[in-house]
Amino acid sequence: MATTYFTEDHEWIRVENGVATVGITDYAQEQLGDLVFVELPETGRTLKKGDTAVVVESVKAASDVYAPADGEITEANAALSSDPSLVNSAPTADGWLWKMKLADEGQLSGLMDEAGYKAMIG
Amino acid sequence: MTGEPLLHLPLEDMHVAAGARFGGFAGWSMPLTYPAGVMKEHLHTREHAGLFDISHMKLISVSGPGAADLLARACPLDPAKLEISQSKLTFFLNDEAGILDDLIVTRLGEDRFMVVANAGNAAADIVHLTALAKDFDAVVEPLDRVFLAIQGPQAEQVLAGTGFDVPLLTFMHGVEPRPGWFMSRSGYTGEDGFEIGLPADDARQLVEKLLSDPRLMWIGLAARDSLRLEAGLCLHGNDITPDTDPASAALMWAIPKELRASGDFIGAAALRTIVENGPTEKRVGLKAEGRQPVRGGTALVDEAGNPAGSITSGGFGPSVGHPVAMGYVVAPLAKSGAKLFADVRGNRIPVEVYALPFTQHRYRKG
Repeated sequence: MATTYFTEDHEWIRVENGVATVGITDYAQEQLGDLVFVELPETGRTLKKGDTAVVVESVKAASDVYAPADGEITEANAALSSDPSLVNSAPTADGWLWKMKLADEGQLSGLMDEAGYKAMIG
Repeated sequence: MTGEPLLHLPLEDMHVAAGARFGGFAGWSMPLTYPAGVMKEHLHTREHAGLFDISHMKLISVSGPGAADLLARACPLDPAKLEISQSKLTFFLNDEAGILDDLIVTRLGEDRFMVVANAGNAAADIVHLTALAKDFDAVVEPLDRVFLAIQGPQAEQVLAGTGFDVPLLTFMHGVEPRPGWFMSRSGYTGEDGFEIGLPADDARQLVEKLLSDPRLMWIGLAARDSLRLEAGLCLHGNDITPDTDPASAALMWAIPKELRASGDFIGAAALRTIVENGPTEKRVGLKAEGRQPVRGGTALVDEAGNPAGSITSGGFGPSVGHPVAMGYVVAPLAKSGAKLFADVRGNRIPVEVYALPFTQHRYRKG
């Protein structure tokens, strides 16, 4: 059974068997506007919570997407190299950004669930 | 502008009703995008027509027997040589020939001119011009107008479709089609189109009629920026500033030859010296390899890693489908095809000097 968390930075994290799939929320993609480039991380890179994992670039600006916890990148969504607009059209499905093996899943325990996130964005 | 409350467009309610997302620009709360999004808005303008609310920009009337002489002092321009209805791009320069603002001046009559100023500089422009006017028999009058731009290959048809009798104008000409209106065939997208300054009540009626035409949609400031960047047009504050001069900015074409030699405009002496010595850096188009945009503020280096300039505006060009940028490059490398590199978060991105514009201008010249 997967658990999905949400951050105040408008990321979603779906955790299954210690591996987190991370993306940005529909609200976030709408705020950013049309994406034209996603700078993806290399597989095997280790990240600390708060490190920049991915940079998403809209027509106008670049925005960092942070690692929600410590861990190691196991996969980046290669489909985004040729079609960054997947993040706009399917932010919580085909537009996922990266997967990481979590060092300590407990680091996510303070995050919001979907109801909490929806209440935050209002 | 930090801490200052933002100014609001007279038609703000219409933008709210259209679902605009707002952001601050040059002291104004401006529609950045509408629900279609920057990409669709940009492409729609190039394919059909876009409606822009540019009321943050300022129309300034300059009139009186000394109006032409005032403008000849304030700008590297020969206003007396403009035909009636002719418009010209020009500048206010400081004593060092730095660009205080870029402006469009249109001759409306024998001794009447319309000056269109950028939002962020308008207040300073008015102070500057009013102070200069003391020595001339001329009146400087900022006008309270809604200012709209209709841009794109179908702009003329859409405008005519409202029942408005579109005056016969070619690119860079302007007239007063009705009392209180100013209209020019010009714009900031590289496309054919019009800019219309008019009283707010008239503007509401015109906008309602215009938007009933499906060929037209509201276009926000985000697409306005990507459109002008593809067209190679400068944004004051980014690509031209009080620290850049018309020679470095590759804008000498806007200054008549005889004025370069003998003009008495503010900044003339400094500009002559810069031209004689040759500018050390020049504004050029820049095309990054791949899809990753290089943004304003990014430093450029040559192949050996020596500093070679910097990017002043950069983003993605929806019509050309690749990153587009402009910036200043050291003079020896400021030629098409020169190879440079931009450092973007540790990635060394190859950047080529590219002849502007990225999208060909499609102005109605005749």
